[in-house]
Amino acid sequence: MPAVQHVSAKKGDVLVMVGTMKGAFLVRSDASRKRWSVGGPYSVGSPVYAMALDTRAGRNRLWWSNQSFRWGTFLSSSDDFGKTVTEPEAYSIKFPEDSGLALKNIWQICTWPEDEPDTIYCGVEPSCLFVSRDGGKSWSPVEGLLKHPHRPQWTPGGGGMCLHTIVPHPTKRDSMIIAMSTGGCYRTDDGGASWQARNQGVRAEFLPEKFPEFGQCVHKIGRDAANPERLYLQNHWGLYRSDDGGDSWKDIANGVPSDFGFSMVAHPHDADTAYIVPIESDQYRCTPEGRLRVYRTQNAGKSWEPMTKGLPQKNAMETVLRDAMASDTLDPAGIYFGTRSGKVYGSHDDGKSWQVILEGVPPVVCVHAAVVGGAAARTSRKAAKAAKSRSAAKPRQARPKKAAKSKSNARARAR
Amino acid sequence: MAVTVSIPSYLAGFAEGKSTIEVTNGSGTVRALLQKLWQLHPALRDRVVDEQNEIRQHINIFVAGEAIRLTGNQETQVPEGAEVMIVPAVSGGKTSP
Repeated sequence: MPAVQHVSAKKGDVLVMVGTMKGAFLVRSDASRKRWSVGGPYSVGSPVYAMALDTRAGRNRLWWSNQSFRWGTFLSSSDDFGKTVTEPEAYSIKFPEDSGLALKNIWQICTWPEDEPDTIYCGVEPSCLFVSRDGGKSWSPVEGLLKHPHRPQWTPGGGGMCLHTIVPHPTKRDSMIIAMSTGGCYRTDDGGASWQARNQGVRAEFLPEKFPEFGQCVHKIGRDAANPERLYLQNHWGLYRSDDGGDSWKDIANGVPSDFGFSMVAHPHDADTAYIVPIESDQYRCTPEGRLRVYRTQNAGKSWEPMTKGLPQKNAMETVLRDAMASDTLDPAGIYFGTRSGKVYGSHDDGKSWQVILEGVPPVVCVHAAVVGGAAARTSRKAAKAAKSRSAAKPRQARPKKAAKSKSNARARAR
Repeated sequence: MAVTVSIPSYLAGFAEGKSTIEVTNGSGTVRALLQKLWQLHPALRDRVVDEQNEIRQHINIFVAGEAIRLTGNQETQVPEGAEVMIVPAVSGGKTSP
């Protein structure tokens, strides 16, 4: 096994957490995000499908899931970036015996809300949401989902029957939307007591009824930075936007080479801005035309532009999975994604240019990014000044489609 | 009379470093033996069985050299003085946990 390396991270650094099929890695840079150091592997041999850095209440607690081939699934944690790792004596995320269910994997870790630093959510397989109210010591399933009447009809997709996406509402404490494959999106507006399917307009190519109430294979959803009711959705075939918190969805696959894909990331600051990596068909599942292209919209999906500088444009048979793309919270935003071929690319400039920040690792299944010490930090005084200037000039509404289509205009961005 | 349970090195880390554990009055079914084993070393439980008390897919248990999957699973009888082995299923590699 490879020797384990550790990163030294300080407040304001960026930490990119990379889960692979054979362990976890930490990739760290200062706020410039131009030179990276690598820590890991951690949990060597185990698939790591979920990672998070909890920076609430002065912590820098790293969480990650272990899906041990032999010994089951559990959460590990570390308060010193992997130098010492806590593994539970007794596994804390377990289905009740009378549910008839057994945990197969943990797909998502969500440290939220900010002012309840001991609350953590996990999305798991088989599809369910677990919550801890004591900082991860004990967990219980959210009953409204565990006992949901649709459960018998949820069926596993290619990755298993997993609840892989948790998107809390930033201002409505009792509202959260989750996504599962298959099953689709469900939203609670009463703190998890009840959950309603929220899939109107999202198609299910693989079912006799193309627009069912539920049963869709949603791959990822992201929430707009400025409008909390605006959501973006990458489906198993289909690219969608909702302007009403998920009540309804409309197709926004305008000008992308394929509307199939897995990942979907909303920009952390800029309204109407999101990123995807289109994949060619669910049979082939690689980047179209052998070109690795991130597509960005800056007008809520009216149009998309390829972001390719630094990405291979020949013979690139790459796949970016549903949880393998993320942003940090700096300005300009860092965007990161990992491939099944074991590379992680990073951009320190909102996706305009890319560099390999990690390579030669096992297939990447999750990528998350955070600023050590928490909260968004400006990269520099100069950047802060520039951001302030941009903020003053930038219209909050979507730009006219004509301007968005222009490559040079798109590059300059109307800030 | 005690039953001797052998466990792999990974599990020994959750059993005070012991690779063999003597379980007093351990005869009876495998299910009953495992319950006594969990009482002695609680951290072993979740690593060997899931929430439904099913032995994890890639773990084998042998009683006197016979795989219990072929002899009644957890209802297999454990005779007094028997040796019971908990073994990771075939997947090789001495450095793998």
